[in-house]
Parts: sequence; C-alpha cells; structure tokens
Amino acid sequence: MVRPVEKTNKFEALKDILSAFKNYHLFMTLGWQDVATRYRRSRVGAFWLTINMIVMITVLGAVFGTLFKVPIEQFLPNLTIGIIVWGFITGLINEGCLGFISAQDTILQVRMPLFTHLLRVVWRNMIITAHNLLILPILFIVFSKPISLISVLSLLGFILLVINLCWMMLVFSIICTRFRDLTQIIQNAMQVLFYATPIIWSVEMLQERFALAFLNFNPFYHLLSIVREPLLGFLPSLTNWIVAISMAMIGWVFAILFFNRYRKRVPYWL
Amino acid sequence: MNKSSIELKNVEVVFPVYNATNLSLKNRVLSAVTGGKIDRAHDGAVIVKGLQQINVKINPGERVGLVGHNGAGKTTLLRILSGIYQPTSGEADIRGECVSLINIGLGIDTEATGRENILLRGVMMGMSPAEIKKISNDIVDFTGLGDFIDLPFRTYSTGMQLRLAFAVSTAVKPQILVMDEWLSTGDEEFKERADKRMADVVSAAEILILASHSKELLLANCTRLIWLEHGKIHMDGNPEEIATKYFGQ
Repeated sequence: MVRPVEKTNKFEALKDILSAFKNYHLFMTLGWQDVATRYRRSRVGAFWLTINMIVMITVLGAVFGTLFKVPIEQFLPNLTIGIIVWGFITGLINEGCLGFISAQDTILQVRMPLFTHLLRVVWRNMIITAHNLLILPILFIVFSKPISLISVLSLLGFILLVINLCWMMLVFSIICTRFRDLTQIIQNAMQVLFYATPIIWSVEMLQERFALAFLNFNPFYHLLSIVREPLLGFLPSLTNWIVAISMAMIGWVFAILFFNRYRKRVPYWL
Repeated sequence: MNKSSIELKNVEVVFPVYNATNLSLKNRVLSAVTGGKIDRAHDGAVIVKGLQQINVKINPGERVGLVGHNGAGKTTLLRILSGIYQPTSGEADIRGECVSLINIGLGIDTEATGRENILLRGVMMGMSPAEIKKISNDIVDFTGLGDFIDLPFRTYSTGMQLRLAFAVSTAVKPQILVMDEWLSTGDEEFKERADKRMADVVSAAEILILASHSKELLLANCTRLIWLEHGKIHMDGNPEEIATKYFGQ
C-alpha cells in the first residue's frame, strides 16, 4: 500500500474545487475545444449528434413501441428524454473515470486545479446534450404535447443531477487513476444500469411490487425522474427528491474527504 | 504582488511503480481473500526513491541551474518546484505564480487555427481569455505568420509551428520560471528575435530554475548551481566551481 501523505491540509480539496470554478474560463475553453475538435472537419458538425439521436430514437421507438403495445405519443417522449438524460449521465461517469488519466500531460506540467479536468468533462457533455435537446421542441410539436409550468422544475432536477454526478466523478476518477481496471468495471455497470433504469420501459409496466421496491435502490432512477417527469408534465415523487438531495449531501461530504486524502497522490499515479 | 520564494524542507519523493499486475484491483481483492500477509516485494510493488533529503531555499533574484546525470531526479525536482508534485514527506513552500516551459506544445490542437491555438495555449499558461485577446495581435506580429494565422495549425511547416508555440509560451511573464533546457528555435533571423524575447522573459522572472546539460548556458544565466546525484543534492553553490567539477569529470 502506498504510504499516506503525512501532512494534509484540511481545506485542500475545497480549495481545489473552488479555484476550478473561479477559473471557469479554463474548463470552458478546454471543454468547448473538445467538442469543436471532434467535429471540425465535418460539414454538419456537432449536429451529427442530433441526427444520430433522432435515428436512434426513431428505431427504438418503432421497435419497442410495437413490442410493448404502448401508444406512441406516450411512449416516445418518455423514451427520448430518458435517452438524452441517460446519455448525459453515462458521458459524465464514463469520461469522468478517465478524467485525470486523459489529462495526464497537462497535470504533469501545469499547476491547475485537478477538479478543472472533471469540469471540462461536464462542460463538454453539457454542450453535447444541448445539441440533443433540439429534438425536444420538435417532439412536443409533433405530438402536440402542451408544456406545463411544471417543466421548470426539471431545471432544478438537472442541477441536482449534475451536483450528484460531480461527486461520483470525483471519487471514480481518483480510484480509476490508481486502479486502471476499475474504469472497465464502472463502464460495464453503467451498461447494465441502462436496462435497470426505466428508460426504454416505464414504471407503470412494472406489475410486481417486488420489482418496484427494487427500483428504489437504483440511484439513477431517482436522478432521471427529477429531470424527466416535470418535462412530461408530472411531478416527481417525494422519494425521488429526498433520495436525490440526501445523496448529493452525503456523497459530497464523502467525496471531499476522499479527495482531501488522495489529491496529492494523483500526479504520482499517472 | 507578493515576492516569490521557494523553500524545500527535507523533501522526499517516493514513487510507487505499478506494473500491470499491480495496478489492478484484482490483486487487491485476491490478496484480501487469501488473508495472508503479503509484503511489498510479494505484491510486486516497486518503490523508487525519487528524491531524498532535499533542503533548498531560493530567494527572489536567484537564477538556479540544475545539473545531474539522467535519472538523477532533475525532472522530479522541477515538478516539485513548480508545485505539480507534492512531496511524499517533508515540506515544499512555493510562493508566487509559476510557469514551466517544459513542453511548449502542450495544449496545442493541430486541427484548430493558429489564432484558436493562441487562446488554447494561452489558457494553459494561466492567462484569461481577455488577457489573451489583448496580446494576441502582438503574438501574431512576432511570429510573422501573417494570414496563415487563420489556417489550421496542421498546415504549418515545422518551423512555423515552433514559432507559434514559442511566441505564446513566452507571452507570459511569470514570477517563477521553470525550464528544462533553453528554448530556442527557428532560422537565423527568427532565432535572434526569439533569443531576445526569451532573455526578456527570463530577466522579468524573479526566480529562474533551469535544468540543462550545457555548461555555457548555465554559466551565462545562473547565479547558483545545484548538482543532483541519485536523488540527493550532491553540491549546491557557486556556478563556476560546480560546473568545473561536474563538466570536468
């Protein structure tokens, strides 16, 4: 086992995180650049993201809509928002695992907050998600779905989602830098969770009580609900909110303690 | 602005070397299951002592040269001095903003235009976009790239690429400047201007730390030499004296 660093400043982790936000131009410039580079020589550019998403949703909608025999105007909005939000979640978690590893060159040469590298991942994925969001107005118009005032709540839900994902990224990125195999395990788990979360299927389809109780243990179910339900005009359950908020609080306390302990070690593990 | 200073007290750096087997969680879990006491050697963890008993105090105005054979710990010490590594034990107190010019190509995106790369590289150097905007035209003038600045970086010749990287990297005037070898680049005409610009940056820095294998360079720029050997300070002091001993062997 690696010898722990003897002297640790109690506020080092917090300082790192705060200065990452203070130097917001860093993660914004780098995150924007990541997206720009990916689509630089393409004619349609980042709107390929939108196109890919439309294709995927159409196919999934056709296949599963028929299989489940659910009316399409009910099924498709549910599916679309679910897939977009899930794409954001997996993007953050999967790329977050590699957050420090892929910024290796920078970390070993420039002194900047480590959290900047994670915020860069968040920002990059927010830009990508913004492109996908373009589908929503089209969808709402096509199915002439009214947008209720409740939808505003999903913004709150989204903020809560990001807060939660950030602490997960922080913890995962540290562990994954030390134990490289963990990245694979986490990415695998995310794939499994896709099916365990009501994205393609909906909660109403669950007939057994048992399964419903089980669903409550899936943190991403709650995180997804607080973003998706208001957009569809429903209020998320109280349990959804409570789980999301308490998870954010407990998670962040843990993540900060964890980061405090291992922040110094990260450059050595690269 | 506060004066810069560097103080290292009993700094020690221990590198864990993880090979593929060691890096994995599998072994951790498996060894926990077997429950036996598996010591370090069994575990495969190799530990390299990068630096030991480093005590250095650098005051503003000092120009410190770093010499030592390959593997003596120069890069590790440079990283400690620029605050990238924090010592495994001991204390490192580094005050002042520090810029390291070790790899001036860091942050450059070959698909982006020259102008975008000024922004990218500038941000890496610690400037804000507003600051970069202000000096961006100076940088373009200095490189002499002209209209090429709005073309993708990959279309540049190697010389042009170096010019741009050099120009942005030397646009900041940090309090502490850390360099691994001197930056010099380009054809005769550019080299002259580049050397002058480099000299400006160096003289503006309160503290210079320069690792180099060139005797002339060290003697011309440094007021103090530190000779590293096997991760320890072998000698520290007058440049002429140490240079004759180090290069004279």
